[in-house]
Amino acid sequence: MGHDQKYVDKKYEVVGERFNRPDGIDKVTGKARYGADASAPGQLVGRVLRSPHAHAQILKINTAKAEKLPGVKSVVTFEDMPDLTGGDQGLADILENCMARGRALYDGHAVAAVAAVDEQTAAQALKLIDVKYKKLPHVTDVDEAMLESAPVIHDRIITRGVEPAPTKPSNISARTQMGYGDVDAGFAEADVIVEKTYKTEQTHQGYIEPHACLASVNPDGTAELWVTTQGHFVFRNVCASLLGLDIAKLKVTSSEIGGGFGGKTHVWGEPVALALSRKANRPVKLVMGRDEVFRGTGPTSSTSIDVKMGAKKDGTITAAVAELRYQGGAFPGNWAMLACMTAFACYDIKNNKSIGWDVVVNRPKVAAYRAPSAPMAAFAVESTIDVLAREIGMAPIDVRLKNVAREGTVAPYGPTYGPIGIEHTLKAVKDHPHMRAKLKKNQGRGVACGFWFNIGGQTCTDLNIGVDGTVNLTLGTVDVGGSRSSMAMIAAEELGIPYEQVRANIADTTSLGHNDMTEGSRGTFSSGMATIFAARDAIGVLKERAAKMWGVPVDDVVWEKGQAVATGKGHGNLPPLSLKEIAAKSGRTGGPIAGHNEVVADGAGMGFASHICDVEVDPETGRSTIVRYTVVQDAGKAINPDYVEGQFQGGATQGIGWALNEEYIYGDDGRLQNPGFLDYRIPVCSDLPFIDTKILEVPNPLHPYGIRGVGETSIVPPLAAVGNAIANATGVRMTHAPMSPPRVLAAIDERAHAG
Amino acid sequence: MRYATPASAKEAAGLMSKEKGAAFLLAGGTDLLVKLKMGMVEPDLVVDIKRIPKIDEIQASAKGFTIGAAVSGSVIGQHKGLKAAWPGVVEAANLIGSDQIQGRATLAGNLCNASPAADSVPAMIAAGAKAVIVGPQKKRTVAVEKVVQGPGQTCLTKGEVIEAITLPKPEARTGDAYLRFIPRTEMDIAVVGVAISLKLERGVVKKAKVVLGAVAPTAVIVPAAAKALVGSKLDEAALDKLAAACSAACNPIDDKRGTVEYRTRVAGVLAKRAAKIAFQRAGGAL
Repeated sequence: MGHDQKYVDKKYEVVGERFNRPDGIDKVTGKARYGADASAPGQLVGRVLRSPHAHAQILKINTAKAEKLPGVKSVVTFEDMPDLTGGDQGLADILENCMARGRALYDGHAVAAVAAVDEQTAAQALKLIDVKYKKLPHVTDVDEAMLESAPVIHDRIITRGVEPAPTKPSNISARTQMGYGDVDAGFAEADVIVEKTYKTEQTHQGYIEPHACLASVNPDGTAELWVTTQGHFVFRNVCASLLGLDIAKLKVTSSEIGGGFGGKTHVWGEPVALALSRKANRPVKLVMGRDEVFRGTGPTSSTSIDVKMGAKKDGTITAAVAELRYQGGAFPGNWAMLACMTAFACYDIKNNKSIGWDVVVNRPKVAAYRAPSAPMAAFAVESTIDVLAREIGMAPIDVRLKNVAREGTVAPYGPTYGPIGIEHTLKAVKDHPHMRAKLKKNQGRGVACGFWFNIGGQTCTDLNIGVDGTVNLTLGTVDVGGSRSSMAMIAAEELGIPYEQVRANIADTTSLGHNDMTEGSRGTFSSGMATIFAARDAIGVLKERAAKMWGVPVDDVVWEKGQAVATGKGHGNLPPLSLKEIAAKSGRTGGPIAGHNEVVADGAGMGFASHICDVEVDPETGRSTIVRYTVVQDAGKAINPDYVEGQFQGGATQGIGWALNEEYIYGDDGRLQNPGFLDYRIPVCSDLPFIDTKILEVPNPLHPYGIRGVGETSIVPPLAAVGNAIANATGVRMTHAPMSPPRVLAAIDERAHAG
Repeated sequence: MRYATPASAKEAAGLMSKEKGAAFLLAGGTDLLVKLKMGMVEPDLVVDIKRIPKIDEIQASAKGFTIGAAVSGSVIGQHKGLKAAWPGVVEAANLIGSDQIQGRATLAGNLCNASPAADSVPAMIAAGAKAVIVGPQKKRTVAVEKVVQGPGQTCLTKGEVIEAITLPKPEARTGDAYLRFIPRTEMDIAVVGVAISLKLERGVVKKAKVVLGAVAPTAVIVPAAAKALVGSKLDEAALDKLAAACSAACNPIDDKRGTVEYRTRVAGVLAKRAAKIAFQRAGGAL
């Protein structure tokens, strides 16, 4: 059925209010069932053996002793997970990442796994697996990996995007270039040119819930997987491909999720758990320890970035160039390409060029992390703009406003912007009381902007009306940030009934058609669209039933405020029929009443934000304390403002953690030194002030309610906002994130020595 | 794994000494349980001392305080007498972990874990604390600075158990303070810790003790730093000398928590700040 996705301005009854979430009680009382909270009769405990080496050839894996240990029911290596990927290199990389095939490519790479009757037996069995390694030279730093002298990790990698194609393999998987105009001419026009090099360290998404699943495979090829994931349909497809199962025979149920931030869009232990279960013919529960989460899953790229920008004295940026080097871990990614696309996206710069280098190193395979690749590029670009503004003698915010992208600006990656909110956020920042709050000694203020594309994609939604008039909304897009509440609000809005009358649930993969992941800030945008259309579908059915009950033509029935109203000539005296009344009679008017929609939602509205950060720096220890922080972001339309604000605050918090202390620390041996929350320092509550938020609503013209994604953009500005605030407080420009106390103190000292 | 709950420290010592396998003492468990869960230790016997009568109590007497080995940080933090007498020791104990950890963590446990970065250890040493050690045969009392001998190593012999920590009654016009550096506000391990205890006479420092944590394999007593303070009213020159002496006494390592350079530098910075707090607590005017 054709539905119109165009934005229509209207007054809302439910949307825009603040309602409690349907999963709230379960979560605060501890009843909610997460990845590790499922059990099956006869289940085994799965455990993974991981490489202690950064790079090593696996000469031999002897599992005989482990297999003989009483209580061990299966042991798997790559031999139990044959390559069925048929030349799909991306899938083959996923398979090899889940289980090493001949070589361990990073510290923490899975090399074998066991399933045993209990935890202790499984742990003992791991010790009995004898792996003979031959250590190979390793490289973990992105710049070092690009050197001619670096050990080449994959012989098959010939750099893409370079003409003529290189003849020798290297660790550079791809070169990307984008932009437009003539940057040389642009720099010639500039009065001031600033050129700087930045480095950002690798961070992990830091979700509190570790990866966990319960897998069960039967000899007839049917299988079930209970898993904490951002997208159970995609997990189903990937696992089915890797294990050689039929998609329809693998039922995947998504548990409640204790954080994902992109890290749970990738499979890690799930195919291994399925392989263990297949071999043991028993259900296998596999829960990662925190060290496994850090060593084996997640992280985002570490980077090295050069930025050169030129401006006229009036603040006009005449040219901008960025060269962005991103490592994707042990397998090729497109992270530098994403960085190129986002680097200058907030601005209208006549001449701009971004060059991206995607690089492999001996680190875990990089996964998406909330607006993947954008925060690092923004750190470099937004810091450079700050320096540029100070050299020109203008307020940085005025330089940003002078060059801000607007409707009609051509984005550096190609498309022409429709209505976007970056200018609105900057103006709101300029007017915000935070900008006038008094700064004390050793305090400074910084502003930075951020962009994220947002995506749409495939969604399939059902809406079923019970005989008592309550509504089940069946969704396939995993709820990571309160979307069940938002979807129920949208259904209630459309149907004209109270929020409490709708119950939203996430269905398993056998109950709905394919849904893409909850990623790219697509959940509320695309599932919201499908919910609107499914509700309108159901309203069509409700009108038919009312027409039948009245015995009038359906064209004479309209739906208003939750009830059918007869409008045709001669029906004026019929009392309206409420949804409840129609539902009560549904058994006699044609059976259950339902609405349904499947859609590829196009036209996700871009997300833009501007952040203000006040920091106090202890000049003797280099310790930075965030004193005030404000997020201003365009949401298009905030369905439930509580959860929009939560996204703003959460993204800012993660960005602040990255800006101040979070980093993967590798030893010279290429092993991760801090695989735990004690030494991988995400912020604790007392580290942060209340993060103030301001929601702006510039409607997305391609969504009926004007919705834009809001989940990711908020992590993009903080690195630069904090760096700019530190520069304002100390006079020292930090170019290496995290801007941890030792780095800040060293920079302060260096300046003091330089006089 | 077996679990025992002896009724006396002597019985605990007996159980520990007789065990042929790996035996561990359990007080608050904030170190042991973590190590157990991470698979770092595999005990055959766990001896829980929390059922021993009075082991979770603080006794105040004319001579000072006796803090039972199972007294938690939060109990220490609520003891008015102890807080008034040794505020530096109390603040050091209360810096460990988080509110939840404070409900379990103990001074004796912090000492026995023998981490170079233990927060309470420098503060206890500065205050002149002693450990009451019960063995299967005899009881002995050892100054806290003698207990820790290296990372993870103590002077306790097989079967010996710390029953209590004692603190003397502070002399008149005494003040102590403990400061540590961590990048966050809590739930972290000291990158540098400094404890200072000093006694004033007519507004001038008469006696001082300066102890550093997390800058060497064990807590370090720095006599040169104490000497820098004695005879001063904490003028800038004295403070600079103090800082220099503290930095000079550092013998740290580069690790994930901090660099040699940073630890050395910040030891001096914190020493100055801790000295000022201790000075004011002793009744001095800055």
